[in-house]
Amino acid sequence: MAETKKKAKLTNPFEGIVETLFRFFENKTYLYLFIGAVVILLVIFPNTSSRFTQEIMTNLFFYIVVCLGLNIIVGYAGLLHLGYAAFFAVGAYTTGILSSVFGMNFWLTIPFSIVAAVIAGLAIGAPTLRLRGDYLAIVTLGFGEITRLTIRNLDITGGAIGLIGIQRPVLFGITLNQISHFYYMFFILAILAIFVSYRLHDSRMGRAWEYIREDEDAAAAMGINVTTSRLYAFIIGSAFGAVAGSFFAAKMTAISPDSFMFIHSVMFLMAVVLGGMGKIPGVVLGCVLVVLIPEVARGIGPYRLLIFGALLLIIMLYRPQGIWPDRPAISSKE
Amino acid sequence: MALLEIKDLTLRFGGLCAVNELSLEIEEGSIRSLIGPNGAGKTCVFNCLTGFYKPSGGEMLFQGQSLVNRKPHLITFMGMARTFQNLRLFKEMTVLENVMSGMHCRTKAAFLTTVLRTRGQQREEKQIRDVAEECLEFVGMLDKKHYIAKNLPYGDQRKVEWARALATQPKLLLLDEPAAGLNSDEKARLIQLIRRIRDERNITIFLIEHDMGLVMKVSEKIFVIDYGVKIAEGTAQEVRDNPRVVEAYLGKEEEEETA
Repeated sequence: MAETKKKAKLTNPFEGIVETLFRFFENKTYLYLFIGAVVILLVIFPNTSSRFTQEIMTNLFFYIVVCLGLNIIVGYAGLLHLGYAAFFAVGAYTTGILSSVFGMNFWLTIPFSIVAAVIAGLAIGAPTLRLRGDYLAIVTLGFGEITRLTIRNLDITGGAIGLIGIQRPVLFGITLNQISHFYYMFFILAILAIFVSYRLHDSRMGRAWEYIREDEDAAAAMGINVTTSRLYAFIIGSAFGAVAGSFFAAKMTAISPDSFMFIHSVMFLMAVVLGGMGKIPGVVLGCVLVVLIPEVARGIGPYRLLIFGALLLIIMLYRPQGIWPDRPAISSKE
Repeated sequence: MALLEIKDLTLRFGGLCAVNELSLEIEEGSIRSLIGPNGAGKTCVFNCLTGFYKPSGGEMLFQGQSLVNRKPHLITFMGMARTFQNLRLFKEMTVLENVMSGMHCRTKAAFLTTVLRTRGQQREEKQIRDVAEECLEFVGMLDKKHYIAKNLPYGDQRKVEWARALATQPKLLLLDEPAAGLNSDEKARLIQLIRRIRDERNITIFLIEHDMGLVMKVSEKIFVIDYGVKIAEGTAQEVRDNPRVVEAYLGKEEEEETA
C-alpha cells in the first residue's frame, strides 16, 4: 500500500491532465458529442485511408472485442487468466472446421463456437475456480499450451499447417472479402462488446463480481454464490473470445496454431492491465496503445519494439492500477 | 419450536477444542447474547452457524432445517445474516452499493435479461435500490449513500454493515461484537437500534459482545461460554451472580494470589 502511495505522488502532472479531461466529460452533452464525433470519424475512415491503415484499425477493433472479453474474467471477476488465446482458438477452429471441412455457412458456425467455448470454459473453470489466486493462473497457462499443442497435432485441425479454405461470410447477398467489409464488421462487434460490457458492469451480476473481488468472505456472507458467479464470468468471457475467434477465422480464411501462442494471451492481458482492469474505456485505451504504438513507431526501425517495451514499463511503474483513473465521478463527491 | 437450535455443537482444530458440546436455543423474536472471555470460542460458534467453519460434530437447526454442511450463501438465503467482528465492508465501493449486496440472494437477473435490460430486470434493479435505501434510512445513513465506504468514520462504517445485513432480509441477525470501537454515545444508539430491529422489523437477534454494560441492558437472556463450554445461562442478574461466570472472567481467588 505504502509503495503505491509513493508512486501515485510521482504521477501528479499526468494525472492532472486526465482529471481535467474527466471533469470536462462529466458534462453529458460534451461526452455524447465526443462519442458521436469518434463514431462518425470511424465510419467514414475507410473512404479516406489506405488498405494498410484499415488493416491496423480492424486489428484494433478485434483487440477491443477480445480484451473486453478477457476484462470480464480478469477485470470484473479478478481471475488471472494466462491462456485466453486458447478460447480465442476454440472459436476460430470451431468455425474453421465447420466451414472448411463441413462447408457450413459462417453465420451458423457462431452458435457452435459459443457452445464450444462454454464447454471449454466449464471444463477448465468448474474444477479450478474454487482455488484462490495464483493457482488459476497456472491452470489457465497450462490450458493455453495444451490447446495449442492439441490443435497442432490433430488431423481435423490441419496440424501445424492449419486450416485453409474457410468460407467468406455472406451478408445480404454480398460476400465479405474486402478489408473495408471486415473493418465495419469488427467495428460493429467492438461496439456490441462495449455495450454488453457496460450492461454487465451496471447490473446485479457486475456488482456481485466486484463484491467478490473486494472481499470473498463478506460476499458469501451476503448470500452471493462465489463459485457460480466466477464461473459465469469465466464462461461469458470465454464466449466473447470465441466469437472474436470465429470472425478472425472468417477474415483470415486460413488459421494455424501460430495465431494462438502464449504471446497472444500476454498481449491481450497487457492491453487490459495497461488501460486499467475492469474499466471499459481503460481497456479500449489499452488496446489502442498495444495495437497502435508499434505501428506508429514503425519509422524508428529495428528499435521500435524496444521503445514499446520501455514505454510499457514506464506506464506500469507510474500507474500500476492502469492508465484510466478510478471512478472519479463518485469519489469527487467526497 | 425455537428459531435456532444448537445441539452438542463441537468444533476442533487438531487437538484444540474451540467449541465443546454446546447446546442452546434461540426463540423467535428474542434478543440473546453470547458472552465469554477472550478466546472462549464465541466467534467460532458464529462461523459454524454461518457455514464458514465445518463443525466436527453436533447439529444446528434453523427453522427446523439443518445448517450442517451448507454453504454460507445458502445459509444467508435461508434467512440468517451476520456482521463481522472486524469490519468487512467492500471498501472501494459506495455505501449504497455495499448495502445493495444484501439483495443479491433475493433477486435473480442473469446474463440475457441483463444484456437486454428487460422490464423485469429494470424493476428488479429498482427494487434492489429501494430496499437498500430503506435499510440505510433505518440505520440513519441515507444521506451518505454516495460516499466511498473506506472514507467513512468507523462508527458510520459499522452502521453500513448493519444496513447491509438487514438488506438480506433475515429472520435472525448475528452481530459479532457490534459495539467494538464505538464511543459511549454510539453505544447508547446501538442499544436503541438493536431493539428497533427486533420490534419494528421482527428480526431475532443473537449477539456476541465484550461490553458487559451493553449486553446486560439489551439482552433478555445471556449464554456464557468459556473454553468452548457453556458455563451459564439466564437473565443478566442470574448470570452476574453466577460464581462460575465470575470465576471465568476474574479467575479464582487463589489464582489471583499466586499471580
